[in-house]
Amino acid sequence: MGAGGGVTLVSDPTTEVVDLAATSLRELNSRLHALTGADGEPQRIVVANPRGRHNIAVGLDVPVEVVVDGHAGYYCAGMNKLADVRIVGNCGPGVAENMMSGSVVVEGNASQSAGATGRGGLLVIRSNAAGRCGISLKGTDVVVQGSIGPMGAFLAQTGRMVVCGDAGDGLGDSIYEARLYVRGSVAGLGADCVEKEMGEQHLAEVRELLERAGVSGVDAADFRRYGSARRLYNFDIDHAGEY
Amino acid sequence: MSQLEEFLTAPPPRPSLRESATFDRRTIAEIQRAAREGIYDIRGGGTKRRIPHFDDLLFLGASVSRYPLEGYRERCATDIVLGTRFAKKPLHLDIPVTIAGMSFGALSAQAKEALGRGATAMGTSTTTGDGGMTPEERGHSKTLVYQVLPSRYGMNPDDLRRADAIEVVVGQGAKPGGGGMLLGQKISERVAGMRDLPQGIDQRSACRHPDWTGPDDLEIKIAELREITEWEKPIFVKVGATRTFFDVALAVKAGADVIVLDGMQGGTAATQDVFIEHVGIPILAAIPQAVASLQELGMHREVQLIVSGGIRNGADVAKALALGADAASIGTAALIALGDNSPELDEEYRALGSAAGYYDDWQDGRDPAGISTQDDELAARLDPELGGRRVANYLRSMVLETQTLARACGKSHVHNLEPEDMVALTVEAAAMARVPLAGTSWIPGAGGNL
Repeated sequence: MGAGGGVTLVSDPTTEVVDLAATSLRELNSRLHALTGADGEPQRIVVANPRGRHNIAVGLDVPVEVVVDGHAGYYCAGMNKLADVRIVGNCGPGVAENMMSGSVVVEGNASQSAGATGRGGLLVIRSNAAGRCGISLKGTDVVVQGSIGPMGAFLAQTGRMVVCGDAGDGLGDSIYEARLYVRGSVAGLGADCVEKEMGEQHLAEVRELLERAGVSGVDAADFRRYGSARRLYNFDIDHAGEY
Repeated sequence: MSQLEEFLTAPPPRPSLRESATFDRRTIAEIQRAAREGIYDIRGGGTKRRIPHFDDLLFLGASVSRYPLEGYRERCATDIVLGTRFAKKPLHLDIPVTIAGMSFGALSAQAKEALGRGATAMGTSTTTGDGGMTPEERGHSKTLVYQVLPSRYGMNPDDLRRADAIEVVVGQGAKPGGGGMLLGQKISERVAGMRDLPQGIDQRSACRHPDWTGPDDLEIKIAELREITEWEKPIFVKVGATRTFFDVALAVKAGADVIVLDGMQGGTAATQDVFIEHVGIPILAAIPQAVASLQELGMHREVQLIVSGGIRNGADVAKALALGADAASIGTAALIALGDNSPELDEEYRALGSAAGYYDDWQDGRDPAGISTQDDELAARLDPELGGRRVANYLRSMVLETQTLARACGKSHVHNLEPEDMVALTVEAAAMARVPLAGTSWIPGAGGNL
C-alpha cells in the first residue's frame, strides 16, 4: 500500500490521471469541480502522487469515481456530495468531513475526526481510525474494519457507526440519536451513552452496513449496541453530575 | 417632661437601612434563586454591569490646528471593502456597519428576514448563525455571511457556495470558550430539522470545532473552505475578546481575510449569566490589541477588522473606526430596532416577570415582540417588511452620526478617523484605548507590555 502501489493504470478513455507531482492542488480541485457528469467526461479520476497533500478532492458535487493513489493529508474528500472517493493509503484528520452523500473508502488508517459532522453517504475505513471518529455525526454511516480511538461519536446526532474492532474510552459522549455498534471491547462509555439491547432490526442494520461496506466474514451477532440514555436532553439538576 | 427628659427616655431611633455593597439586593435575590432552582441563571443579552466603554472617549473636534468639513455639504465617504487579502470576490459595502451573526432558532424566521431586508436596504451585510441558512434570509440579504461554527448545524457545501463570505466562528464576546445553547422550547420542528436534533431538547452546541484544534489546523481548514469555493469568498475569523493580540496574530497566520472581534458586551441568545458577566474583556480594551497585532504583522488594513459588542450609535462606530477598526457590527441594537423591549409591550413583559427595558429572557422563546421565539403566533407579530424598514432607519441614523463626527474631525472618509482624534474621560479608558486622558498627554501603560 502507498504511493503508486494500489492502482493499475490502464489506457482507458473513461479514466483521467491527475498527477499532483506536476499539477497543483488548485488545478486538481478546479478540474473536479468543473465536472458535470455529462457524456464524454471521464468517469474516473486517478490522483497520482498525492504525497499527503491536504484538501484533496474537496467539495465534489458529481457522481464520479476518484481514486487517490497514496496517502492523503487533512480533509480529503471533505464535504463530498455524490462522488465515490477511494484513498489507497492512509489519511490525515477530518477525512470526508461533513460528507453529504456518495462514499469515501480509506484503504489504510484514518487520523482523528474521520467523518466529522457528516450528514449523509458512507465512510469506510479498512484499518483503524484515531480519536473522535464520527464526531458530531449528522447522518453519515461509518464502518471501521479495525478499531477506533477515544471519544468516538462524540456529540453524534444521527447516523450509524459500526466498529469491527475495539473502541477507545469515552465512546458516544453526549450522544444524541446516532446508533453505535462495536464488536470488540469498549474501554469506556462517555456521558449519557449506554449499552442497549440488540434487536432483530439492529442485527439487520449491522448486516446491511457491513454488506454496503464490502466487509465479509464478520457476524452481526457479535456486535453490541450503544446509544443515548437521553438523560441529558433537558436540563435536570439531578443529572448535573453526569456531565 | 422637659425636652431633655424626652430625649433621654425616648426609644432608640430605628437603625438606618444600609444596603451591603457586597451583598446588595441583586446578589441576595440571585442567592435565593439559586437555592430555589439549583441551577445557574441562563439569559440572553450581553454583560449588564458598567464597564469601560466608548462613552469614556471623546472626540477632539477641529479648531485652529485642524480643518473641519461642512456638516451637510462636503462629502464624507462611508464605503468599505472586506476581504482584499486572498478572496477573488471581496465584499463591497456602502456603510461601515454590518449585522452580526444570530441564528435562526435563536431568532424567528421573520426576524432573520427583517435583518436581511434592513441590511440590504442600506447596502451592508447580514450574517447567519448557529443553525444554518434559511431561504428567507438568503432571499432577502444581498450580502450574506455564512458562519462555520463548532456545531456545524445545517452546514452544507451548497449554502457555502451560496454565501458571499464565510465566517469561521472560534468564539463570541458573550462567552469566549463556550458553545451555543438553545433551550427546548425553541427547538421547534423546523429548527430541529435544520440542526438534525430531536425536537424539544435543551441543545448544547459544541465549544470546540470537530475537525481542527489549533492555528496550524485552522490554516488547513481555511484552505479547504477556499478550495471548495474556488477561492472566491472572503473568509472571516471571529473571536471573542480575550487574548486578543495573540488571537489576531494567529488568525492572520491561519489565512484570515477579515478578523471579527466581539467584546464582552456582545449579546447571546442564551448563556449562563456567570459566563456573560465574568469572561472576556470589553471591546474598548480589545480593539487596540487587535490593531497593534495587525500593525506588527504589517497587515493593518490589509486584513480588515470588524468589531462588535455594545455598539449602539454612530459615536460608538466612529470611535471604533478611530481606534483602527474597518467596520462595526451590531446584534443586540439591531434587535432593539426591530422592536425588542418596546414600551408598547410593557404589560406583556410584566406578565413574564420582566418589564420593557429589562427583558432578557431571549432563551425562553416567549418573546412578545416575536423576535427571539419559535412560536408561530408570536413570530407572526413581527412584520419583516416593517422590521426591515426600522433596521434600515436605525442604520441610516448611525451612519449620519458617524459622518457628523468624522466631518467635525475634518475627515473626508470615516476610515480617516484616528486615535489622535480622541481623548479619554477616565484613567481606565485611557489605558485600554491607548489615548491620552483628557487635558493631559498621559496614556497610562504606554510603552508597557501588551
